[in-house]
Amino acid sequence: MTVAQPEGLNFDCETGNYHTFCPISCVAWLYQKIEDSFFLVIGTKTCGYFLQNAMGVMIFAEPRYAMAELEEGDISAQLNDYEELKRLCVQIKRDRNPSVIVWIGTCTTEIIKMDLEGLAPKLEAEIGIPIVVARANGLDYAFTQGEDTVLAAMAARCPDKTPVVEAEKHERNAIAKLLNFGKKKEEVQAEESEYVDHPPLVLFGSLPDPVVTQLTLELKKQGIKVSGWLPAKRFTELPVLEEGYYVAGVNPFLSRTATTLMRRRKCKLIGAPFPIGPDGSRAWIEKICSVFGIEPKGLEEREKQIWENLEDYIQLIRGKSVFFMGDNLLEISLARFLIRCGMTCPEIGIPYMDKRYQAAELAMLEKTCQEMGVPLPRIVEKPDNYNQIQRIYELNPDLVITGMAHANPLEARGINTKWSVEFTFAQIHGFTNARDILELVTRPLRRNNNLKDLGWDKLVKEEAKV
Amino acid sequence: MKLAYWMYAGPAHIGTLRIASSFKNVHAIMHAPLGDDYFNVMRSMLERERDFTPVTASIVDRHVLARGSQERVVDNITRKDQEERPDLIVLTPTCTSSILQEDLQNFVDRAQIEAKGDVMLADVNHYRVNELQAADRTLHQIVQYYIEKARKQGNLPEGKTEKPSVNIIGMTTLGFHNQHDCMELKKLMADLGIEVNQVIPEGASVQNLKNLPKAWFNLVPYREVGLMAAKYLEQEFGTPYIDITPMGVVETARCIRKIQQVINAQGGEVDYEEFINEQTLYVSQAAWFSRSIDCQNLTGKKAVVFGDNTHAAAITKILAREMGIHVVWAGTYCKYDADWFREQVSEYCDEVIISDDNGAIGDAIARVEPSAIFGTQMERHVGKRLDIPCGVIASPIHIQNFPIGYKPFVGYEGTNQIVDLIYNSFTLGMEDHLLEIFGGHDTKEVITKGISADSDLGWTKEAQAELNKVPGFVRGKVKRNTEKFARERNISQITVEVMYAAKEAVGA
Repeated sequence: MTVAQPEGLNFDCETGNYHTFCPISCVAWLYQKIEDSFFLVIGTKTCGYFLQNAMGVMIFAEPRYAMAELEEGDISAQLNDYEELKRLCVQIKRDRNPSVIVWIGTCTTEIIKMDLEGLAPKLEAEIGIPIVVARANGLDYAFTQGEDTVLAAMAARCPDKTPVVEAEKHERNAIAKLLNFGKKKEEVQAEESEYVDHPPLVLFGSLPDPVVTQLTLELKKQGIKVSGWLPAKRFTELPVLEEGYYVAGVNPFLSRTATTLMRRRKCKLIGAPFPIGPDGSRAWIEKICSVFGIEPKGLEEREKQIWENLEDYIQLIRGKSVFFMGDNLLEISLARFLIRCGMTCPEIGIPYMDKRYQAAELAMLEKTCQEMGVPLPRIVEKPDNYNQIQRIYELNPDLVITGMAHANPLEARGINTKWSVEFTFAQIHGFTNARDILELVTRPLRRNNNLKDLGWDKLVKEEAKV
Repeated sequence: MKLAYWMYAGPAHIGTLRIASSFKNVHAIMHAPLGDDYFNVMRSMLERERDFTPVTASIVDRHVLARGSQERVVDNITRKDQEERPDLIVLTPTCTSSILQEDLQNFVDRAQIEAKGDVMLADVNHYRVNELQAADRTLHQIVQYYIEKARKQGNLPEGKTEKPSVNIIGMTTLGFHNQHDCMELKKLMADLGIEVNQVIPEGASVQNLKNLPKAWFNLVPYREVGLMAAKYLEQEFGTPYIDITPMGVVETARCIRKIQQVINAQGGEVDYEEFINEQTLYVSQAAWFSRSIDCQNLTGKKAVVFGDNTHAAAITKILAREMGIHVVWAGTYCKYDADWFREQVSEYCDEVIISDDNGAIGDAIARVEPSAIFGTQMERHVGKRLDIPCGVIASPIHIQNFPIGYKPFVGYEGTNQIVDLIYNSFTLGMEDHLLEIFGGHDTKEVITKGISADSDLGWTKEAQAELNKVPGFVRGKVKRNTEKFARERNISQITVEVMYAAKEAVGA
C-alpha cells in the first residue's frame, strides 16, 4: 500500500453522464420542514412523474406541493404566464392558505425564459402571500443543490432587524404574563447567563427538528447561543439577519446560500468541516468556538465516548474499501468519516465541488488520510457512471455507495451497495447520530454476512464477450 | 397550466423507454437534463432488474442551452455503440429537448455513419402524447424500421409457418403483470397447438423482427400497446390481428373462438369448443365460483372500477357479467381512447367516467360509497382513507404490484387470480352478517373520514354512543348521511332523535 502522497488531493472532472435525482426533489423534505409553506413546481409531466415516483407514498398524505403543469399553450406563449400562475396561486391560497408559496423553476421555465423572478413580486402584491422563487433545475444543479437554491432565495426574506413588536405582544398576553411573571423571568435570566457573550450566530441548512435540537444543545454546552436557523419550522419564523451576524452551514451542499448570506446579507461565514460523524461534529463545534474565542469544554471526552460506542460497527468495516459514485454532495464528509473509521476510499465521486465552501472539510479529509496512513482518494467531479462501473470492476471495492439505478445490478454482480439517497433522509448530523450513519453503511455488509455461506454471490449469467 | 398532484399516465419518453428497454440489446439515449434518467431507478427498483437498464442520458446543461448540443449527442451515440455494441440505439426526446427544437434527426443521421448498429429517432411529441401512446408508436416505428430494412436488403422471409402460429404483441417492461401474462399466453397457445412465432417487445431481438410476417395472426392482449404495430402488419402482409383481451372467462372464450375463426379462414382445421368447455368448467375455478354460495353473498354489492382501458373494461365485465356485482361506475384515464371504453362497458355499469384527475376520481368514490374499489394505487389510497377495500388492477403501480409469485391476469389461470382478488376485496360474507347481527367488532371512536368531510357539527353524548353501536364498516356512512341531513335542515346539534330522523329520511 502506498503512503499518503504529500502533494495533496487529486481532483478530476469527467463527462457529467451520471445518475442523480433532479433538484426539484428538495420540495419533498422542505415542505415537511417549513410547515406553513406550499411548493409549486412549474414544469412538465416529466417533473411531476419524477416527484410522484421518487417521493413514493408521501404523495398520498395530501402534500403541500403540486405541479403547475405546463401545456402546449404555455410553451408557445398562447397563454399568459402571469394570468395562469395567478389562477393557480389563488386556488392554492383558497384551499390551503399557506404563509408562503415557493415557486420551483424547472428546466422548461429556463428554456422558455419564463420570468419567474419578475412575475413573483407583482403577483405577491396582488394576492398578498409572499412568493419565493427558486430555480432548482436539472440544467444547472444536482439533487441536494435544490435545497441550496431554495434557502438562498429564503435568505433574502429573513428580517434584517429584530422586530419591535415584542412589547405589543407582551401587552396582549398581559394576563398570562401576570400569572407566570416571576417564574418566567427567573428562568429566562438563568438561561441567558448560561451563554457566553458573543455576536449572534445563525445556522443554515434544513434538518429534522430533533437534529436541530441536538445541535443547538451541543452548542449550548459550550455557551454558544443559536439565534436562529435558516430555515425555521415556519416561514413566519425566519431568523433575523443583521449585518455582521455570524453564520455556519450544517451541510456541504449549501454554497449558494453561504454566498448569499455573505454578499447580500453581509454576514460572516464560519468555514468549518460539517457536523457529520463524531470527528466532524467536534471539528465543527471547535471551529465555531475558536471564532468566538471560547475554549471548548469536554469535547475530546465526548468524541472518545462516541467512538467507543461505535466500536462494534467499526469492526465490520475496518480495513475495507468504499467507493462513492457521487450524487448528493455529502460524499466528502462521509468519506472523511469512514476513513477515520478505518476504511480506505479509492474514489469519491461528487456532482459539484465548491473548494471554497468545503475548504475546511477538504483539509480535514486530507489530514484524516495522513493520520490514518491511507492513500488520498481521487475526487471525481461530474463523474461518468459508465467509466466508474469499469473502475468498480477493476478495484472490486467492499462497498459501493450509489444511486438506485445501479444498486440492484451491482448486487447481482456480487458487489455490496448502499443506496446513497438514504443518507439525505436519515438523521446523520451531530454526535448523537453517528451510529445511524454506520447503521446504514454496515447494513449491506451485515446482511451479506448473514447470507455468505449460501454461495449465491453472483446472480447474473456471464455476459458473452464481444 | 394545470394544477396537478398526481398523474395516471407518465410522460411520452417513458413509453419509448419501456419499449426500447424491453427489447434485447437495444439502447436508448435520452436527450435530457440531469435527473431525467429516473426511468432507470423505476426499472431497477420495481422490476428488481439484475442488469443495468440500457438507458443513458446525453445531458442537456447550460452549455447545451447556450451553444446547442453540437457534437455531444453524436459522440454519446457513437460511444455507446462502441461500448455496448447494441443492435439499435434509440435517441429519445424529452420535454426539454422538444422545446429546444434541435435537429435530432440530423444527429441520428450523422451518428449512423460511424455507428455499427442501427440508430433511430423516436418519433414522439412530448406535448401531444402520453406514455401509453408513445409506447404504441415506438413499437410500431421499430417494427416498421426492421421490416423495411429487410425488404430493402431482400431478406424478408416469404410465406407463413407450416403450423398455425402467432405473434404476441405488446408485452413490455414495467407493464402491469406483463411477465406473468406472457407466460400464461404462451401456455394457452401451446394448449391450442399454436406455435408462438415471436413475442414483442419483451425479450425480443430486433434482428428477428423480419420474421414477424411468418405468423398466421397477431394477438394484441392489451388495448394500449401493440395495436399500431398489429395494424401495420395487417396492412403490409394481410396478417389478421385479434384485439380481444383474454381476461375473464367469457372474454377468454371469445378470444379463443376468434383465434379458431382466424386459423380456419387460413386453411387450418381447428375446433376449440371442447377445450373451452373443459377449461371453463374444470380448470378455471371462476365459473364454479360464480355459482357457489360464496358468490351469492356478493350479489348486488356495489363496486367502482378505474384504470387503463384494458383492465378497467375487463374487470367491469367480469364483475357485472360473471359475478353479479353492481358496478356503479367504471372509468378510465385513457382519455384519448374514451370512445372504445364507453362502447365496451356502458351496458355493464350505471355510469362511465373519463378523467385523469385523481381528485375527481376520489370524490366520485366518496360519493357512491362502494363496498369495494378496483383501481390503481391511487384508488387504493383513497380506499384506505375511506375505509373501503381496494383491489389493484392497473398501473400506476408500486413495487408490491410486481409480485414474484405467478399472478397472471389473462387466460384461465388469470381468471382464478382475479376471483381471489375480487373475493378478498369484499368483506367476507359470513363475517359481514355476524357483524351486522352483533353490532360490530368494537365500539371504538369513529374517525371522520371522507375526502373533504368537514365535521363542523356537534354530536350529543347520547347520539355519539348510539353511533358507536353501528357496525364499524357502515358507521362512517351513517355519520356522513346524518350530518348531511342535519346540515340541510340547519340543525347544529345532532341528537339521537336527529339520527333516527335522518335514517328514516335517507336510509342511513
